[in-house]
Amino acid sequence: MASSLTLSGAERLPQRVWRRDLLRHMRRYPSLWMGAAMLSLFGVLIALAPIVARYPPNQQNLAMRLKAPSAEYLFGTDELGRDIFSRVLHGGRISLPAALIVVAVSLTIGGLLGAFAGFFGGLIDDVIMRLADVTLAFPAVVLALAISALLGPSLNNAIVAACAVLWPEYARLIRSQVIVTRTFEYVTAARSLGRREVGILLRHVLPNAWTPILIKAALDVGGVILLVSALSFIGLGVRPPTAEWGSMVALGRTKFYQWWVATFPGLAILFSILACNLISEGLRNWLDPRT
Amino acid sequence: MSLVRYIARRLILSVPMLFGITLVLFMIYNIVQVDPLVMIIGERAMDNPQVVEAAIRKWGLDRPIWEQYFTYLTNILRGDLGTSFLTRRPVLDDLRTHLPATIELAVSSLLFAVVLGIPLGIAAGVYFGSLFDRFVWFISLLNGSLPPFWTGLIFLFVFYYSLGIAAGPGRFPPRMDRPPAVTGLLTLDSILDGNMAALGGALSHLLLPTVILGGFTLALVLRVTRAAIVEEMRREYVRTARSKGLAERLVIVRHALRNALLPLITIIGLAFAGLLSGAVMTETVFDWAGIGQYLVRAAASLDYPAIQGGTLLIAIIYVIVNLCVDVLYSILDPRVRHG
Repeated sequence: MASSLTLSGAERLPQRVWRRDLLRHMRRYPSLWMGAAMLSLFGVLIALAPIVARYPPNQQNLAMRLKAPSAEYLFGTDELGRDIFSRVLHGGRISLPAALIVVAVSLTIGGLLGAFAGFFGGLIDDVIMRLADVTLAFPAVVLALAISALLGPSLNNAIVAACAVLWPEYARLIRSQVIVTRTFEYVTAARSLGRREVGILLRHVLPNAWTPILIKAALDVGGVILLVSALSFIGLGVRPPTAEWGSMVALGRTKFYQWWVATFPGLAILFSILACNLISEGLRNWLDPRT
Repeated sequence: MSLVRYIARRLILSVPMLFGITLVLFMIYNIVQVDPLVMIIGERAMDNPQVVEAAIRKWGLDRPIWEQYFTYLTNILRGDLGTSFLTRRPVLDDLRTHLPATIELAVSSLLFAVVLGIPLGIAAGVYFGSLFDRFVWFISLLNGSLPPFWTGLIFLFVFYYSLGIAAGPGRFPPRMDRPPAVTGLLTLDSILDGNMAALGGALSHLLLPTVILGGFTLALVLRVTRAAIVEEMRREYVRTARSKGLAERLVIVRHALRNALLPLITIIGLAFAGLLSGAVMTETVFDWAGIGQYLVRAAASLDYPAIQGGTLLIAIIYVIVNLCVDVLYSILDPRVRHG
């Protein structure tokens, strides 16, 4: 086939190959692309929330209390006559960015601490990892609950609490990655060239330890969405009247005959976590050749 | 290393861990900008000089911080976790009355996950890539994505309020006499009492929360069993067993499964953390009077001694469970002891 290529055909080739490879990639890793598509759709909907939603999230209309879903109110209304569709969309403006922030911060803090621990060993390693061990000795929700109760109920404190329970997991993961990578020949080569240790860590070791971290980070975005909404559900995260999925489910707790009040925000949590799990699963299939 | 020595070593290693846990809790409470005195006796008692003085003396609040930690530690070792603002009872007594409910729910959820998850995981692993395998994969993915506090509500809506085929919130039918408390586990107490009606009542109330709380663990057990079976079925010893003419069923049960169970033991320790975390939400939804519900109520009303005591208890339980898992693992796989 290569022999029959004309010059002009050869020029067009890269783009076509790129497109064909992308399609093949989509077919081979459907969960990755399905999750990514779901999350992008949510992203767009949430970003356009003020345009997509017909009513502001906190606009009360007591004449329209607890109305069932209809063309006017897609997801029905709550006990103050607020549009649940609008509130679900606006709730996403809290949950998704909060989850991304928590994972990014935990990854940075835990990642750097774990990398230093694994790379330098000795006392630094002991101090950091014992602190991580002790933090991991608490079930995540329980410790997050205690921390956010002490700091007081607010979104920022819920984020702090989530970071406090998540960083040790990254520290452990990255430490073990670094310990393995450290022994590779290219690290020895860099060292023999006279590179400084911190430079080797940042330039050579960390970039090669990415795969499991990426897989875990995708999974954790879903986990943090659950954690933050759980904290709000029990009254420790986002405070009313701000629309947030967990606290919206809590509002529906006593509405046995108005199923829509709790159902739709719950579905929003479910599908966001599902999207993250799909992405993580797809990344694992793609990047981790062992599976 | 002999088994006894291994267990002894693991036990000794847990001691610094427990110290670390108390230290972390103590630190968290000292970083927060709330007057520690308020944290111990509550807002309302601040006007009473006698109470204030007694608390300062008891918790050494006029001493340097390391001495305060030491006092805190000795008080814990004496079993004194302070007095709950909410119930006005010693926190330890509160925890003692709430713990059995959580144990009952956690154990039944774990049983549910294991009894259902292992056979399904084996089937999915053996028929790797089949339609059934994909179905199981989808179910476990979905299960891993469900927020338990929401699923609990939906289950209550559907099976209790709408269909009326399941028991409602709470641990026991409200109009029935509870069996005399021996263990605090209502199912076990009913059996000890020989009261089958009470056992039925307790079991019917256990059903929904078990499915909700166990569902998450089920997803985990399923996934790990499946992956382990897939891996083991490719091993050479499986080929050997097949080639000597062993029935496929025996190849799976006697050979592959035994080796696949090892990673499962580790997962069960991990699952237990998930159960304790999930219990916080499940107990709240189902009005289940366990540690989780106690913690949530304490958190909502800023009942500091109760939050601190409850968190400490759960962390200690978790350390003990992990210890048991490690020991069990070392019995099943002696290589660990020599590692």
